[in-house]
Amino acid sequence: MSAVFDPISRFYSSTIGKKILVALTGVLLAVFVLGHMIGNLLVFAGPDAINEYGHMLQTALHGGGVWIARLGLLTALVIHVVATIQLTRANRAARQDKYGRDVAKVSSRASRTMIWSGLTVLAFIVFHLLHFTVRAGFGFDGPAYQTELHGEIVHNVHKMVVDGFSIAPVSAFYVLAMVLLCSHLGHGVASIFQTLGLATHKTWPLFEMLGRAYALLILVGNCSIPVAILLFGFGR
Amino acid sequence: MPLDSKIPSGPMALKWSKHKQDSKLINPKNKRKYTVIVVGSGLAGASAAASLSELGYKVKCFCFQDSPRRAHSIAAQGGINAAKNYQNDGDSVHRLFYDTVKGGDFRAREANVHRLAEESVNIIDQCVAQGVPFAREYGGALANRSFGGAQVSRTFYARGQTGQQLLLGAYSALNKEIARGGVEMHTRCEMLELVVVDGHAKGIITRDLVTGKVEAHAGDTVLLCTGGYGNVFYLSTNAMGCNVTATWRAHKKGAFFANPCYTQIHPTCIPVSGEYQSKLTLMSESLRNDGRVWVPKNAADCGKPAHQIAEQDRDYYLERKYPSFGNLAPRDISSRAAKEACDDGRGVGPGGRGVYLDFAEAIQLFGRNTIAERYGNLFDMYERITGESAYERPMRIYPAVHYTMGGLWVDYNLMSNLPGLHVLGEANFSDHGANRLGASALMQGLADGYFVIPTTVANYLVTQTPGGVTTDHPEFKKALEGSASQIRRLLDGKGRRSVDSFHRELGLLVWDKCGMERDKAGLEEALRRIPELREEFWQNVVVPGSGDAANPELEKAGRVADFMEFAELLCQDALHREESCGGHFRSEHQYPDGEAKRDDENFCYAAAWEYTGDLAKPILNKEQLTFEEVHLQVRSYK
Amino acid sequence: MALLNLHLKVWRQNAGQPGHFQDIDAPEIPDHASFLEMMDIVNERLIAKGEEPVAFDHDCREGICGMCSMTINGMPHGPEKATTTCQLHMRKFRTGDTIWIEPFRARAFPVIKDLVTDRSAFDRIQQAGGFVTVRTGSAAEANNILVGKEVADAAMDAAACIGCGACVAACKNASAMLYVAAKAGQLNTLPQGQPEKTRRTLGMVRQMDHEGFGGCTNQYECEAACPKEISVRWITKLNRDFAAATLKDAFGNGQERGEGGD
Repeated sequence: MSAVFDPISRFYSSTIGKKILVALTGVLLAVFVLGHMIGNLLVFAGPDAINEYGHMLQTALHGGGVWIARLGLLTALVIHVVATIQLTRANRAARQDKYGRDVAKVSSRASRTMIWSGLTVLAFIVFHLLHFTVRAGFGFDGPAYQTELHGEIVHNVHKMVVDGFSIAPVSAFYVLAMVLLCSHLGHGVASIFQTLGLATHKTWPLFEMLGRAYALLILVGNCSIPVAILLFGFGR
Repeated sequence: MPLDSKIPSGPMALKWSKHKQDSKLINPKNKRKYTVIVVGSGLAGASAAASLSELGYKVKCFCFQDSPRRAHSIAAQGGINAAKNYQNDGDSVHRLFYDTVKGGDFRAREANVHRLAEESVNIIDQCVAQGVPFAREYGGALANRSFGGAQVSRTFYARGQTGQQLLLGAYSALNKEIARGGVEMHTRCEMLELVVVDGHAKGIITRDLVTGKVEAHAGDTVLLCTGGYGNVFYLSTNAMGCNVTATWRAHKKGAFFANPCYTQIHPTCIPVSGEYQSKLTLMSESLRNDGRVWVPKNAADCGKPAHQIAEQDRDYYLERKYPSFGNLAPRDISSRAAKEACDDGRGVGPGGRGVYLDFAEAIQLFGRNTIAERYGNLFDMYERITGESAYERPMRIYPAVHYTMGGLWVDYNLMSNLPGLHVLGEANFSDHGANRLGASALMQGLADGYFVIPTTVANYLVTQTPGGVTTDHPEFKKALEGSASQIRRLLDGKGRRSVDSFHRELGLLVWDKCGMERDKAGLEEALRRIPELREEFWQNVVVPGSGDAANPELEKAGRVADFMEFAELLCQDALHREESCGGHFRSEHQYPDGEAKRDDENFCYAAAWEYTGDLAKPILNKEQLTFEEVHLQVRSYK
Repeated sequence: MALLNLHLKVWRQNAGQPGHFQDIDAPEIPDHASFLEMMDIVNERLIAKGEEPVAFDHDCREGICGMCSMTINGMPHGPEKATTTCQLHMRKFRTGDTIWIEPFRARAFPVIKDLVTDRSAFDRIQQAGGFVTVRTGSAAEANNILVGKEVADAAMDAAACIGCGACVAACKNASAMLYVAAKAGQLNTLPQGQPEKTRRTLGMVRQMDHEGFGGCTNQYECEAACPKEISVRWITKLNRDFAAATLKDAFGNGQERGEGGD
């Protein structure tokens, strides 16, 4: 057995191995972010559309689907976070003595703040889950947040979203988190192609552009909801 | 003392094969009992250390740099010759042999040169197998170019950094053996002294340049692969650390120093810009393919910008003097012509020591883009160093010391007259005679290391009991104490002048009196002044810091101390050789048209100098050179 | 030729002890001098004053040996693109400038003295696989191995690395990825390097990590600092080769072996 597992354990203990895991989990998380955004944008297609989407997620595979997805995402997130924290600590240890004068010639601000944008997004995820998934202490449960859809009583996602984003500080936090997520993705998405060894000198500029476009798309798409609700009174 | 060069008998083309068959073999089990000390890790040292370790010998390798990969072989730009005849242009082992003997102005040993030409083809095979990225044709075969005025295309190259790529190949072979445990590598570790026990070279004394520790290392044979002595001139294209210490110390322990006066001057270097200058940078000779060399006809024009000097007021002196070779005249000839022009007061640039290398016509003819494609990196380098664009105005160039053909005398086995001491690469005298052809230095270093020494070293080792001498021997104790006391003497001096200032003064003197052109009066003056300067060095040098830690000033001081002694032998050799040949030009010995006048009747020998204890009175030993295959003739490039 | 009056902040340190910046005035420096010649002049003056000169690494002074180092104003080898410290000239500075001169900083490059660091970690990485195992004398006729021009040129791009360590010094993680990628990449690109590709890639990466270099965070300061402009796409290739090597190592390279094989 160790013939197989030793190489894998050596893989994880190497810097490149960890980075490859960060990239692979990054793919999963980035794709999830896009799917999540598209689902959320159904809010603009009317209450029924988003409520039906929410209901579908809850009931797929007799309710098991959502848990499979949650476990998968949670595993990916844990690996992504643990590996990056380990890498960051190792990276800092590799350069203990600082320069008296330090200059960054080409690296982007986004790339230099990955750990901070990442940790902020992580904090945001916790808040977001408490806010809309666990709905702890926000009063988004109960009859006021139930509605009828095709003869079934389902959770009124639409109302929850509208009410949730009607509170200015909450929306502001969401927008801030999305800006940091955008920064994170702006460096991260292109890096996936670098770390997984998929870029060439010819394709790299494309991947770099793709990464920025992707990050911007997520920013605009996700922010459009709180902005529409809070500033333009959508759904209120 | 009669010198036995041990040249094998038989026809020239069969000598090396015969010698390989006649050479002794050592049982693989016994090989690992022998320790071989290799000093230097350039092409010769790294290739020898790796190859000997592969054979099973225990190898200890030393270099003063922080990594074996940094030895100065790395700086060679042009390429490496090999008689592969891939171009179907009539090349052969014999032709490469012939060109090298003739190019060396008939002062090399024929049998060694033939062996070099034979092994040249194996070098390319070996390097390619190691992954050296030589230039290729589209079809995947190796590319060649013609180089250094050769009439066939036999030069293999890797962009402008063939030296680096070949050295990295040898370094990779060395690394493989270090990893396997066959080679014990000592970096930042400088050889200070050779240890001779009962007339045999049996070890060395080194100083660890990080801790300052002076240590003894014993072995069954010592290989010096320590390069040339060009830095005796202070300004040269050599790296700052290149030095004569290893070979000079061996000389003082009995090894003969042969032909030190054969020094090669490279014609296309960037001129000196001020007295702070620490080194001269070589520009590839290929520039002369498209550049035209000129100086103003009138000394009065020298101060003017080049474009203000009319065509009819320019003297394209190489084209004028050598109509058939023109700007491509061989290194020694074009170097001397540049000096003549400057001596005539027609030099350009700061100090008047420079000539123009003009690309205006080539740019007009082929367009700026074509010229940029051919020489872009060289033009960039020129601009970085001088701040001038060679696209806008002519380059300024001047000759500089580049390579030294002389070195420790060795026999056909590459062993010095001092038994047990082998000398490889630029450090020996054997293959280039009085002048080295372009792209031949890399060839010699690798031939010696990969293919010659692995065969010939056994001829000596079989006569020795392995591990017969250890560092407990009193000679090691004595040598250790000698080195330690020299270090103390340097550090204890209460002088005021820096090591560099002495080195600079020595270099200027030697360059002035024993550089491109030499004469009796000048050499005699140098021989008067060198001992005086040496005396002042020991009286007045200051070496700050201590001996038991990293101390670059102390390292330099030890090297300069040896240059101070060596310079005297260099001038003595130049004075005694009353002829002009190759890199040695005596102004008394020239034809009316200024060409070098060789004297085969009286000087067709290698001058092997023996140390007597009195630097002023070395003994001259002669190895007569006989030419069986290539007949003595005047070397003409008209 | 103009003369510059400069103010230097130079790192002084003895091995194993804490270091500090020393303020040194450097008046009347010829602008034609190279950076190292400026250091020579400064050292001559220090010696004349009875002080200890600044130790720095240098050798060929023509940009190929990789010995010179120094981080100048926060940039390894200084501000010029594709230029080693020895090829940097003082005309790139202005009179009155303050110049910070520091060693290449990395845990894997301990300071020996002042600006001199120990870069032998690079040698040990090479010893962990940066070679083709071929004995002297066992090589086949050179043209039996055909290498297309494009492949040979690519290998040469990687081989141009001079092993100076500027990539490590420029990286905020002191990562040696560009160096290792160039060295492994040269051989992994060529047909001669194929038989040992897996061993080489795994061995060199393991040694790199073992030496205490950091990891790559894809910021490419290394490429910007590299005097030979080695492309970070070699790092892409190293990542790819490493993943493939791990799979081959774990799952048997697709080859079957008799009993007793591992």
